[in-house]
Amino acid sequence: MTQPLDGNALAGTFSELFRFDMTVTEGECRHCNDVTVLARALVYPDPTGFVMRCCSCDEVLLTILVTEKRTWLDLSGIAGLRIPQP
Amino acid sequence: MTGGWLVGTVVETRTETPSGRSLVIDVPGWTGNIAGQHVDVRLTAPDGYQATRSYSLASADDSTRVQLAVDRLPDGEVSPYLVDGVEIGDQLELRGPLGGWFVWRPTETRPVQLIAGGSGVVPLVAMLRARAVAGTTAPMRLLYSVRTPGDRFFADELETLDGIDYAYTRQVPDGFARPPGRVTPEDLARLTIPASENPAVFVCGPTGFVETVARALVDLGHDPLQVKTERFGGA
Repeated sequence: MTQPLDGNALAGTFSELFRFDMTVTEGECRHCNDVTVLARALVYPDPTGFVMRCCSCDEVLLTILVTEKRTWLDLSGIAGLRIPQP
Repeated sequence: MTGGWLVGTVVETRTETPSGRSLVIDVPGWTGNIAGQHVDVRLTAPDGYQATRSYSLASADDSTRVQLAVDRLPDGEVSPYLVDGVEIGDQLELRGPLGGWFVWRPTETRPVQLIAGGSGVVPLVAMLRARAVAGTTAPMRLLYSVRTPGDRFFADELETLDGIDYAYTRQVPDGFARPPGRVTPEDLARLTIPASENPAVFVCGPTGFVETVARALVDLGHDPLQVKTERFGGA
């Protein structure tokens, strides 16, 4: 298995998709309800994208799949985001 | 937050270690960065293939010049070029500054413990530099785990600073008391600011190193939320 990185490492990828810094945004895990900044989540890179897992329960928070025509973003492991005001 | 890719020109290179080099890149449009932030570097091959990797910044100021330091990964797509290939005058695409979590601001007054494995020292050097420039009295210490004395990044600069401890894993200098070996919980208890002083802790290095150290720090009583980590994968 690939060694994980921190959610922090996705700041650049997120910057293509979101207007705010997702890494300092708090996300609530849909599986265990832990709430913490996404920078603390674990990120498993692979050649086509990323899987981000909860740092408390290890369930999947989100996946990003990058293809030539589209970026697929699945946020279904996140129950909500708490976005700091700029 | 970033506004997309910028083109920078390499203006200075320095061999830091047998496998690592630092680069100073002038990036018109760069808006400055906070200590601990990183950039993405994108290389494009003649056939259009692109590879993007993240590198921590050793610099933390508001000039348009940024400094990276890169360790060559044997089967890397980007790092061998940055360490061995790129020359002064070459252009690179950069995006950043990135990441608002693994950062230290000079307005913070708590004690700070930095813990680096190998080239993980780079963003922590930015914090040491930011502290020196700000002239703040917040205590800041660095524990730097590295294979041998010759593998230290920014060795000359670190020699001039107080509060730096080394843990060599393969080979120690003459007269160095600690035998070579990986950082242990005992090392952390002996050489880092104790949890009772409520320090902000930053740990950066290879994934295995970061996980071992972070776990030991929590066992020593540190609040997991006060231990910020940056894993860069690898062995």
